Amino acid sequence: MCFKAKRRLTLALSSMSALLPLTAATAWAQDSKVNAINMPVGVTEVSASIYDLHMIIFWICVIIGVLVFGVMFYSIFAHRKSKGVVPATFHESTKVEIAWTVVPFLILLAMAVPATKTLIEIYDFDDAEMDILVTGFQWKWKYEYLQEDGENLKFFSNLRTPQDEIYNEEVKGEHYLLEVDEPLVVPVDTKVRLLVTANDVIHSWWVPDLAVKKDAIPGFINETWFKSTQVGIFRGQCAELCGKEHGFMPIVVHVVSKADYVDWLATKQSEAAEIKELMAQSFTLDELAERGKGVYQRSCLACHGANGEGGVGKAIAGSLLVTGAINGHLDSVVNGVPGTAMQAFGGQLNDVDMAAVITYQRNAFGNNMGDMVQPLDIFNFKKGQ
Amino acid sequence: MGDHHHGPAKGLKRWIFATNHKDIGTMYLWFSFAMFILGGSFAMIIRAELFQPGMQLIRPEFFNQMTTMHGLIMVFGAIMPSFVGLANWMIPMMIGAPDMALPRMNNWSFWILPPAFLLLASTLFMEGGGPAFGWTFYAPLSTTYAPPSVTFFIFGVHILGLSSIMGSINIVATVWNLRAPGMTWMKMPLFVWTWFITAYLLIAVMPVLAGLVTMMLMDIHFGTSFFSAAGGGDPVLFQHIFWFFGHPEVYIIILPAFGVVSQIIPTFARKPLFGYDSMVYATASIAFLSFIVWAHHMYTVGMPVSGELFFMYATMLIAVPTGVKVFNWISTMWRGSMTFETPMLFSIGFVVLFTIGGFTGLMLSIAPSDFQYHDSYFVVAHFHYVMVAGAVFSMTAAVYYWLPKWCGRMYNETMGKTHFWISFVGFNLAFFPQHFVGLAGMPRRIPDYALQFTDFNMMSSVGAFIYGGSQILFLYNVIATIVAGQPISDEKVWEGAEGLEWTVPTPAPFHTFAVPPQVK
Ligand code: HEC
Ligand SMILES: [Cu+2]
Repeated sequence: MCFKAKRRLTLALSSMSALLPLTAATAWAQDSKVNAINMPVGVTEVSASIYDLHMIIFWICVIIGVLVFGVMFYSIFAHRKSKGVVPATFHESTKVEIAWTVVPFLILLAMAVPATKTLIEIYDFDDAEMDILVTGFQWKWKYEYLQEDGENLKFFSNLRTPQDEIYNEEVKGEHYLLEVDEPLVVPVDTKVRLLVTANDVIHSWWVPDLAVKKDAIPGFINETWFKSTQVGIFRGQCAELCGKEHGFMPIVVHVVSKADYVDWLATKQSEAAEIKELMAQSFTLDELAERGKGVYQRSCLACHGANGEGGVGKAIAGSLLVTGAINGHLDSVVNGVPGTAMQAFGGQLNDVDMAAVITYQRNAFGNNMGDMVQPLDIFNFKKGQ
Repeated sequence: MGDHHHGPAKGLKRWIFATNHKDIGTMYLWFSFAMFILGGSFAMIIRAELFQPGMQLIRPEFFNQMTTMHGLIMVFGAIMPSFVGLANWMIPMMIGAPDMALPRMNNWSFWILPPAFLLLASTLFMEGGGPAFGWTFYAPLSTTYAPPSVTFFIFGVHILGLSSIMGSINIVATVWNLRAPGMTWMKMPLFVWTWFITAYLLIAVMPVLAGLVTMMLMDIHFGTSFFSAAGGGDPVLFQHIFWFFGHPEVYIIILPAFGVVSQIIPTFARKPLFGYDSMVYATASIAFLSFIVWAHHMYTVGMPVSGELFFMYATMLIAVPTGVKVFNWISTMWRGSMTFETPMLFSIGFVVLFTIGGFTGLMLSIAPSDFQYHDSYFVVAHFHYVMVAGAVFSMTAAVYYWLPKWCGRMYNETMGKTHFWISFVGFNLAFFPQHFVGLAGMPRRIPDYALQFTDFNMMSSVGAFIYGGSQILFLYNVIATIVAGQPISDEKVWEGAEGLEWTVPTPAPFHTFAVPPQVK
């Protein structure tokens, strides 16, 4: 029988490998991550020590595996009835039992030493040069750069891959599902401390090249840190199941030179100032709706649908609330609907974007209300609460 | 003997009012196989969606329901009941008992299972869909943010727990009280030993699970805040309680599998099990250790470093008794006189693949490295090596091994071996590449993935279809055996088989050991 079975095995294997060149020909991206089979060494000291630990324990397993399976396959080959072997009768030996209890124990002991060292290193949060508050939301990340003067820079980071790529209407781009509208930007050679939390359910912030994975837990703040030794773009994903779009909340970290970081920070701060200015202005309905469309697609589409048809969220098209009094509409978006997936967007969108998205919803998907709200209205609405 | 041996009742009544351990065992086995097919078809849907990047067949929310249901049904519906079925059939026959100690409770513990799973499966058709929070159902995704069907899920879990507790009490009572004269503790077959210890684990942790889902119920409907920080609770508390149940649970699944393999390997090596005593002690130590390692599932929740270290050391320790088991199996084979019938093939497959799963388990125990492995496909690969190639392979081996005894007919050996080789290849093709994508950064439980993972996912899906398809061959072989297999009448079906179950006639009559045998 064994001959036949082996033939079947090779047959199955060769038909499998026939598949490979076929799919390799359709491989899109070019970088070395394609078909990677191992953990990245990464770009921090910690990630390198973790990689080393991983390889040590891996080789220990390989050596033990070769020995154990070697003995077993030799036995399978040599000690067969078909070869006329008469079975031995031995069935115990205290000496070998002790040996194969003690030897593995010693190996483990040896392994525990570097593991402990690395772990203690990872838990050393002292002397961080900057702090960033990372908040997981269903289904995006918020980054807040904590500043001494309290003028924190904060923004959301959403998936940038268009729905059309996900639903196979368009060719998928190189960084399919691993691209965001606003990446986290940090300087190189700087100890960055992350304070990780969540707004709704548990998420987990994971970037393999930085060897950071930390759960984001609502109501609690976790600490972690990294210090990248290289500039570059590093990509990761949410690692803890967090609901429908769990697979669609990537993380992108740009590690830049210290000078570039200063420039970036300055640009960001002036943008924030600009928004502040915009808040005092009045816009036309068209201007607001135009801007609102972009906001809708980034922040609302996942739950309310591309055509306002609803999904996780209620339908916006023809909604009695949206086509009713403005204040009711405003209230549900600014404060959310407690106990549902509808979050309070009051703290997430600036007043300009809020005014824009409200105006857009009232005038899109066949909701021809013809009215609008200005940023100032939003400001007053929030203040009036 | 002069006893009045009555046969089974006729028709449906035989099954509904069954108190005979063999009938109940049979029902458990068929039920678990049905669940295996159901959970397996969910896995096929998952692998079909993951065949290519992009959303092709299903929506993300349905994908989450599929991963959740696949896990729940495989763990609670397929693997656990299948081993309870095996325990029902074999424990009385192995210790020379006429039946289980508590036959009517036995009937109940089986018959509450089908309604529980009907309830669970029906949630898929409810408004808002079925549970979509993973088989580990972490709060608050499973409480504040859960679909309304979660209440039915909670009720379902309560019933399952009840069934397991009753089944375990029955096993404990049987082993304590119904051993034949001379069947001393250290003469008990290892399958009985492993189940005896497993039953205690179940009795210890099933109430914990019940408590956990009750706390969820309170949070959802009665305004408590066990798992909500907003009300002074803690979502991490959920995970501690879950894994205090969940870690022993994985040993609940694997210990009886160890037992099965420890019966089969000596038979086909024609040599007694090596290191029987150390096998018993190793089983007991694993059971003990299983209670103090739960937080190795939670290295990333932000425990203090002292906690991480404690759980890391304790987890590494488990490798020692587990290694002892593997070494003993191989020493049993050493200088035996081996033949390779289907049960032996599946057992050797078990030893090889379970050991690989053990190795990745050891890797996962190293907390710093686990920061990279955790919640990635590396973990998915790891636990499928121990659950599928471990528990399911050993269960398959058990069916081929004892089926001739059960029905007095021999299965088709060529078909059995074909089943093994297709399963073996399909399984490895499905799960080995998952180590790669996991290490390279693919998170688990995602319905769509980055392009760099495409080729390995495609391989994985093809492998899964092959493994899934091979189960049809298994079903066919089993039915063909029962209906029209070659009749046999040797008491000892296998040349090298030892133990009381091989002293009763073949097929095993409805009642065995009405008069207890004398064990030498
Ligand atoms: C995470 C999913 C999600 C996102 C993202 C989301 N919503 Fe909602 N939304 C909901 C849900 C769920 C409801 C229904 C709440 C209820 O049960 O009353 C809802 C309700 C609403 C309603 C009330 C509709 C009605 O007829 O009662 C409005 C208006 C609304 N959302 C606006 C928005 C806007 C504007 C955005 C983007 C800035 C947005 N939503 C983003 C989930 C979401
Ligand atoms: Cu998330």
